[in-house]
Amino acid sequence: MTVISEWLIVIFLLFGSFLSLVAAFGLIRLPDVYTRNHAASKSATLGVMSILLAAFLYFYFIEGHFSSRILLGIAFIFITAPVAGHLISRAAYNSGVKLWEKSVRDDLQYKKKEREH
Amino acid sequence: MRTNDVILQTVSKIVFFIIILFSIHLFFAGHYNPGGGFIGGLLTSGAIVLLLLAYDIKTVAKGFPINYITLIGIGLLFAVGTSAGALLFNVPFLTHAYDYFYLPLLGKTSLHTAVLFDTGVYLVVIGVTMTIIQTIGESE
Repeated sequence: MTVISEWLIVIFLLFGSFLSLVAAFGLIRLPDVYTRNHAASKSATLGVMSILLAAFLYFYFIEGHFSSRILLGIAFIFITAPVAGHLISRAAYNSGVKLWEKSVRDDLQYKKKEREH
Repeated sequence: MRTNDVILQTVSKIVFFIIILFSIHLFFAGHYNPGGGFIGGLLTSGAIVLLLLAYDIKTVAKGFPINYITLIGIGLLFAVGTSAGALLFNVPFLTHAYDYFYLPLLGKTSLHTAVLFDTGVYLVVIGVTMTIIQTIGESE
């Protein structure tokens, strides 16, 4: 039982840190705000959630302590991080940040023009 | 341009209760674990500030019809009252006492007068933070 839980903890920790690394590379490599935001909000959220799950499993199986705060933290991050990404993207679009020059369509632009007329 | 804030407002309605529960947990955990009146009060006012971000000041003031300046006064009264209450029992100022009680749901609980002092800290922190933020937010 301890061996299985130790392996689970290790897998979740490595998976979470790998995803956080992917988010960091996405922030450096991707061309504009929206794609960067896409990388950061998705993979960083899942990465932090896996690391928190590993911490929860460690305290539960190794130390024998059921930490409900970590579960609450997982739920909290799952609810709030995508909304933060959405708000940042929307603020960028509304303040006129250009899309990447190779983007092919921008439906929101027509909608905004219709509303102005 | 009028913006559509449905996502932010819905999420902050849900998240508000999580933050309030966690702040109450921090407030009562303060005696044996990290936490206490100061951080609990800050977190409670943080939850109200989240509602202020999602809605406007008038809506939040309708939801919480509290005069935060009187809240500061009530908090200071709690702190001074529990400190001065020690003088009635012929012990120095700020002496606290505790005893074990049998509560109907919780069983054997140790109730400490330091909790009342902490309630004072909690109320003062909420009052001061919300007063600062509301006065800055209302001035044009």
